[in-house]
Amino acid sequence: MEFLVASGIGVLTAAGIYLILRLRAFAVILGVSMLSYAVNVFLFSTGGLVSGAPPVLGSGAGTYTDPLPQALVLTAIVISFGMTAVVVLVALGAFLESGTDRIDISETDEEDHEMPPSGADLR
Amino acid sequence: MLPLIAALPFLGALLPGVMIRASRNACAISCASATMLALILVLLRAPAVLRGEVPMAAFAWLPQLGLEVAFRLDGLALLFAVMILGIGLLIILYARFYLDGDDPMGQFMTYLMLFQGAMLGIVLSDNVLLLLIFWELTSLSSFLLIGYWKHLPEGRQGARMALAVTGMGGLALIGGMLILGGIAGSYRLGDILAAGDVIRASPLYLPALLLILLGCFTKSAQFPFHFWLPHAMAAPTPVSAYLHSATMVKAGIFLLARLWPVLSGTEAFFWIVTLTGLVTMIVGALIALFKDDLKALLAFSTVSQLGLIVMLLGFSTPAAAVVAVFHIINHVTFKAALFMSAGIIDHAAHTRDIRRLGGLARLMPLTATIGVVAALSMAGIPPLNGFISKEMMLEEAVHTPLGDNHWLLPALACLGALLSVAYSLRFAFHTFGGKVRDDYPAEPHDPGAGLWFAPAFLTVLVIAIGLASAAMVGPIVAVASSAVIGVGQGDLPYYSLKLWHGVTPALWLSVAAVAGGAVLLALHGPLSRAWDAAPRPEAKSIFDAIVGASAAGSARLIGVTHNGALTRYLAIFVTATVALAVWAWSGGGLRMADRPVLPVPEAAWVAWLLTVVAALSVVVWHRQRYLALVVISVIGLMVSFGFVYLSAPDLALTQITVETVTILLLLLALHFLPKVTVAESSMLRRGRDAVIAAIGGGAVGLLAFAFMRRDVDSISAFHLANSKTGGGGTNVVNVILVDFRGFDTFGEIIVLGIAGLTIYALMDALLAGPASAKLINWQFGQTRSRDRHPLLMVVVTRLMLPIAVMVGAFIFLRGHNDPGGGFIAGLVVAIAVLMQYMASGFAWTQNRQRVAYHTLIGLGVVVALLTGAGSMLAGVPFLTSAFGYFTIPPLERFELATAMLFDLGVFLTVLGSVLLMLYSLSRIARRAGGQADEGPMDFDPSGKAGNR
Repeated sequence: MEFLVASGIGVLTAAGIYLILRLRAFAVILGVSMLSYAVNVFLFSTGGLVSGAPPVLGSGAGTYTDPLPQALVLTAIVISFGMTAVVVLVALGAFLESGTDRIDISETDEEDHEMPPSGADLR
Repeated sequence: MLPLIAALPFLGALLPGVMIRASRNACAISCASATMLALILVLLRAPAVLRGEVPMAAFAWLPQLGLEVAFRLDGLALLFAVMILGIGLLIILYARFYLDGDDPMGQFMTYLMLFQGAMLGIVLSDNVLLLLIFWELTSLSSFLLIGYWKHLPEGRQGARMALAVTGMGGLALIGGMLILGGIAGSYRLGDILAAGDVIRASPLYLPALLLILLGCFTKSAQFPFHFWLPHAMAAPTPVSAYLHSATMVKAGIFLLARLWPVLSGTEAFFWIVTLTGLVTMIVGALIALFKDDLKALLAFSTVSQLGLIVMLLGFSTPAAAVVAVFHIINHVTFKAALFMSAGIIDHAAHTRDIRRLGGLARLMPLTATIGVVAALSMAGIPPLNGFISKEMMLEEAVHTPLGDNHWLLPALACLGALLSVAYSLRFAFHTFGGKVRDDYPAEPHDPGAGLWFAPAFLTVLVIAIGLASAAMVGPIVAVASSAVIGVGQGDLPYYSLKLWHGVTPALWLSVAAVAGGAVLLALHGPLSRAWDAAPRPEAKSIFDAIVGASAAGSARLIGVTHNGALTRYLAIFVTATVALAVWAWSGGGLRMADRPVLPVPEAAWVAWLLTVVAALSVVVWHRQRYLALVVISVIGLMVSFGFVYLSAPDLALTQITVETVTILLLLLALHFLPKVTVAESSMLRRGRDAVIAAIGGGAVGLLAFAFMRRDVDSISAFHLANSKTGGGGTNVVNVILVDFRGFDTFGEIIVLGIAGLTIYALMDALLAGPASAKLINWQFGQTRSRDRHPLLMVVVTRLMLPIAVMVGAFIFLRGHNDPGGGFIAGLVVAIAVLMQYMASGFAWTQNRQRVAYHTLIGLGVVVALLTGAGSMLAGVPFLTSAFGYFTIPPLERFELATAMLFDLGVFLTVLGSVLLMLYSLSRIARRAGGQADEGPMDFDPSGKAGNR
């Protein structure tokens, strides 16, 4: 089981990393979601895998799985939703304002945004 | 009492903002009152301090760091506090009449009070960490003061230069002080002063000394950091008068004097400090002699005079330290008076250029008297106070050998004195002497009392201290010196504050200096031409070149790493993280895997396969966005499934509800994003990214595997044991959230609320911006259903609403003892409401909304906060929960816990945030969709898809 969870985390992470390295906002959003899954499951797994022993007192045979990572992951899931929502909105806003959902500043744009020559305003 | 004194200027800094609306006088008076009050409080303590007592006050701030708010008022602190507040008072008066009607006086007074407070804090601090804080504050507030005239480029550049130089010195000082505190084992000034022998013997003494001296020398404008001070001249004259006489530059001197018992007495200290002071004294005086701007002349004279004081402190003898203290007083009196008279001349004649002045004695007799007396004191002419301290300085120089050489130091000190005679006399005679001219830019005249009172008062002091120094300043010099030297007043070396010391070598040197200075002034014309012709390094251009070079270097570095390509940052980030992980792993120390492996049921294989296939499919199909969205939701489901199997019912519930709203959110967003991604990456790039992703994923997978195969000690046993007895709940996860780690949860719901509000604000800005027009003219690409609100869906969702809300309530109520709780209940209810938006339309739902989502968020946070604060009323720490069991027939025995109230706050915040996020997104859709839906079952009669 440990191998399955670990390899699942690995696959999700790899897919997430590949997607966040794409050039368009939507792929990056997908990638960030994938990474959220991976990170949440990873955090959860740090408590060790136990089956059939939920941390609800009086429910099982008296042994319980580690509740602390679960509490941490629970809020992390909700917070990562909030983060995804903000990223989506930023991406949407950028697309509506600029007409493109590229996430890199292209070479031509870069010239417009280039910093003023250093030290120019010292005189 | 001492904390109040230190706080008064800062409190006073708040007044101008309010009082400036009344009048400029009210503004000045309010600041003056705060300063006056602080001065009176200090003076009330003065008799005790003069008797040798040291009032102290301290309370803890960050005891873990050794930082405490500790103040002490010993002799040195008393001397400086009186100077800072006394001169501050005069400056406020002077500035009131100096500033034009156009200058925002409220800002000026606020900056001035801030600066005054920072300086006062430095001199009163009894904890070196606290001192460092005030030290940085002086750098920042002086930046504001120097750059006060924002419209002048010189002002901005001067302020930036001062901040760069003193700020960097401040950084060095922090390092030095930390080392010092580390050696002494305490950041208490008293402990450090008592540990002088230990510190001087420590191998870290030299680095600490160098760093601290760097801080002192930059602040006190010692060579080669002297260049910022003249550029700070761009400030209004009251600022210059304040910064250059009693404060800012004196901060370095103060610190040197403060740490004198600890640092002085070593070879390194003697050579570095003495030579720096000596060189600064001579170089500053030489430049001052050839400056034509009155303020620039005075600025370099300040540099020179500070060099003199530093040199005296460098001598490392108690007698020289006494002279240094005495000269600090004298310098304050004549230099502040000189700056103020330069300001008066600038005001009256509209120029500060000595070449355009002259003959002002007849036109401005009062100013001339003030200026000439102060200048003569600076020159060291009897019977003024400057003479006495200069004579005593020469006396000390005569007794201090430089290595084996006994004549070099007196000769160089005499040269410095000679040069200062020359520039002082030049100030006096080239400005006020000579014939009255007829080409002044404006008609010079004496000013009103508001401007001349402050310098006149100081000039009276100059004369009085000169004539009766022992009576005027004897006690304060004694007590301040004893604080500097670190001995009782009875053990001070012999010295005598009087005009006539008999025919001594120092007297001859004085005579030589005055005579030489007079000759130099007579030859000023030809010398000045030679000076102008001689090549010499320009400090400002060197400084600019260094700043320019570092800015260019940074720009190049940023050009490579931060070129605007997000993908590049991410690639660098991932690779660097993996590299760090490999490095950490190669350090070894991983123990054997000992945790037994869990058996794998068939269903797990299926779920794993589905997850892996779905993840790969998303990667392959990510350009077809709807498809990717559908496939990615499979992963969320499988993760929930995994949570169920692996004993995490709460997580499963959370994951599946969050999954639902996330997909809804992405669907809404995708409505306005391109539906497909064009393929634009090269094969090479894809290959590179695939390699990075494979390495990163492999590393994380291995890490997870390694983690799971080992048992780790955790604090969970405590949670399991105390959940029921301490938190009153059997669902340990929920009890952790609302009780054990309630404060974390409180922070998290605030974050979630902020995210919701951020989205709302972003959307608002977007709809007000250029995107709005684009949205209104939006052409939907694909066919839309004409039946906007399918009857079946409307009916079902409305039937579902009360049921879903009840399920939410149930999940909420059982949360403390069974899987559930505020987070999940909030998400469930949010989904129920979202279904109404989807089925019955935005307008219909919106019309029925009673409570704004912002309010829900705010309410939730407030409920959680009040629950937490409520426990404080009962005298227990924030968020301590209480619970009890009640029986109300015919109900079964049930439990009530304050944690549930807290969970209610969580519920409300989650509900409000989620709905506000999706509501904000829907507003975009609404803007693009034309008119609102009137009824819940509107049918689109146009028959044309997506085009109404």
